[in-house]
Amino acid sequence: MTQHSADNTDAGPHHAKMTRRSFLRRGGVAVGGAAALVASLKPLMDPELDPGDLGSIQRFLQKHYKEMSTEDMDAALARIRNDVERRYGLRPDIRDIKPMDGVEFVFALNLSRCIGCRKCVHACVAENNQSRDPEIQYIRVLEMPKGTIDIERASHHYDRPKVPSEDHFYMPVQCHQCTRPPCVKVCPVEATWQEPDGITVIDYDWCIGCRYCEAACPYWARRFNFTPPRFASDEQIAQNPDIVKEQLNPDMSYLSNRPREKGVMEKCTFCLHRTREGKMPACLEVCPVGARKFGNVLNPDSDISRILRNKRVFVLKEEAGTLPRFFYYFDERRSRSGSDELDAPAAQSGEDA
Amino acid sequence: MKEFLRFLSRCIRITFIGDWRYQLWMLLLTVLALLGLNAYCKQLVYGLVETGMSDHVSWGLYIANFTFFVGIAAAVVMLVIFVYVYRDDKLHDLVIFGELFAVAVIVMCLLFVTVDLGRPDRFHHLLLRFNFPISMLTWDVIGLNGYLLLNLYVSTYLIYCAYRKREPRKALFVIPFVLITIVWAISIQLVEAFLYVGLSARPFWNNAIIAPRLLASAFAAGPAIIILTLQVIDRFTSHHVPGRAMLMLRQVVIVAMTLSIFLLISELFTEFYAGTAHISSTRYLYFGLHGYDGLVPWIWSAIALNVFALVILYLPIARNPQVLSFACILLIVGVWIEKGMGLVIPAFIPTPLGEIVEYTPTINEVLVCIGIWAFGLLVYTAFVRVAIPVLSGRLTYDQPFASAFSEIPHAQSSHTSAREKLP
Ligand code: SF4
Ligand code: SF4
Repeated sequence: MTQHSADNTDAGPHHAKMTRRSFLRRGGVAVGGAAALVASLKPLMDPELDPGDLGSIQRFLQKHYKEMSTEDMDAALARIRNDVERRYGLRPDIRDIKPMDGVEFVFALNLSRCIGCRKCVHACVAENNQSRDPEIQYIRVLEMPKGTIDIERASHHYDRPKVPSEDHFYMPVQCHQCTRPPCVKVCPVEATWQEPDGITVIDYDWCIGCRYCEAACPYWARRFNFTPPRFASDEQIAQNPDIVKEQLNPDMSYLSNRPREKGVMEKCTFCLHRTREGKMPACLEVCPVGARKFGNVLNPDSDISRILRNKRVFVLKEEAGTLPRFFYYFDERRSRSGSDELDAPAAQSGEDA
Repeated sequence: MKEFLRFLSRCIRITFIGDWRYQLWMLLLTVLALLGLNAYCKQLVYGLVETGMSDHVSWGLYIANFTFFVGIAAAVVMLVIFVYVYRDDKLHDLVIFGELFAVAVIVMCLLFVTVDLGRPDRFHHLLLRFNFPISMLTWDVIGLNGYLLLNLYVSTYLIYCAYRKREPRKALFVIPFVLITIVWAISIQLVEAFLYVGLSARPFWNNAIIAPRLLASAFAAGPAIIILTLQVIDRFTSHHVPGRAMLMLRQVVIVAMTLSIFLLISELFTEFYAGTAHISSTRYLYFGLHGYDGLVPWIWSAIALNVFALVILYLPIARNPQVLSFACILLIVGVWIEKGMGLVIPAFIPTPLGEIVEYTPTINEVLVCIGIWAFGLLVYTAFVRVAIPVLSGRLTYDQPFASAFSEIPHAQSSHTSAREKLP
């Protein structure tokens, strides 16, 4: 790219004899070109840059999740453990948690119950170690005027002193863990795939950040790290230097809530580090009205199976052909199914996960 | 082999040589390219926040440019078809210029995809786990690289034959590849369209007419750009381009543009007459939605430019080279807006959940694009710089390097001059 240039109009038969002047000129242009090149690369020397941000040999050689042996995975986990400790001052309990046999997770959400308080949104951020500045949220609660389920009429940024509003109902949307996920189809490097228990996951160390999956998702469920994630703002850190350590959730897994890096995709994983170990997702536990139900649909006795059997459930954007594992329903006044006990607020859904 | 290496080194040397206008032009392009590189380094360090993109509008100027230039590269086949299918051998050299042009443009396309990636450091993952044939993006990767190699091969072979003063063995080493190029060019356009059309999440794209529309507008803008480059070559170098070639390309532009406008009308009619709920994006693009109308002035100026250019092209005065160039410039700008701002961005507005967030590119993003354009022009100028003396027999293997410039004292301005005023 450097512009050695020159003066070659004199490149006639006497070309071999380079004059002193043209030599100096060539040299000058070459040096100038090199200096310009170096100057344009200058941002790469930013002191704020974490060594991890530019990649390492170890990371470069790390295999795709599905190709890793147990030793490979142990090595990767050890590296992540050290990285997290070095950057955030907290030693995480990070594991690679496999799906359980005979389990397929399904979510259902009772729209008659949801009051739009957004507690799930914030519980999710805290549980899954999303970036706080800027804040990445997996759940979007839509405020819809009663009488329509046309999401184009929804309000995304409603801000009321008191929820719920009389004339509206609330519809939280997050990844629907589609049975036929378009996001998986389009990924050029297979960085995202569907697990046997129905959860679509992303290998954050494999994603190249092309954002094709984000364009393909009909539920706007994917989030991209446009910045390096930060777990507190500058002011918060100034007030409390330990805030990052306090905010980070140390219970981590490789495929879900370990801290991400800039330039990769992320999304809801049904809290697989909890649910694969028998717990409920964080958004469900925090819901004050019990609008969220979750469980194993392959177990016919689970609450979720009963809801799917007895409630008039529907899915969002059925026409997109994605067969979501996330259902919505309204309470029926006079339920013909006689399954009202499911709706007692105390009955916090299935124990069978 | 040794001879070939010597050829390459001579090619590189010759690109540094030229009169002051050439030097100035190359210097300017280099500076712009370095500015782009600088902007890109910033993006590399701080992340894609340096662009105007967001989770709402997750593809922007980079992918828009990419889409536009894939079409341009593919349109080079129009020249090839004339020469090889209609056997117009006098235009043979033009094919070489066209193919070199395709090479430079594909390099730009690859750069545009690369700068769009969040993790370019993981590019090798494409080689390790390639989601083929499921992901359309992998088809695109194969398509573009294949097209790059095909064009690079054919043009290098022909130029090298001229350098060695050999008659190229066309039946064996050229024609089969040229025929593949023709099919390949159309397929990369198709794959490009399928990239968008296949997404059920985006009703704006999920529409069968997108592919023919992309093809039609590319076959209008591509030959238009080639007309411009040929005029520049004709004007600033010793190479004479027959006027016939321009007029032929003009025919192509006219037919393709007419078709393109026809398709646009049928699309708009279908969308708006039926008035289904799916047209929010289309409505946003043409008329604005709920008070947001960032793209409206763009798309209407694009349509105005295209229609105006087409009218000029139909008139007999378009035989005049200046008028022809003028119409071509209007048309290229029009198609660029339509394929960039008009095809990529509105699909994201509103989002699948109905939220409207508009997109404005940042300065940094624009600088990166300018850098890539400059780099593409730099590459193409260098190619032309090599091709002209070789094709005219001044730079061959049996003559000393300097003899390529032996005429310089009396013919300097016409032989080695700058190719300014490119589009
Ligand atoms: S909701 Fe979106 S991100 Fe989730 S599985 Fe479906 S397509 Fe993929
Ligand atoms: S952004 Fe990552 S996960 Fe999404 S398609 Fe691209 S590589 Fe795959």
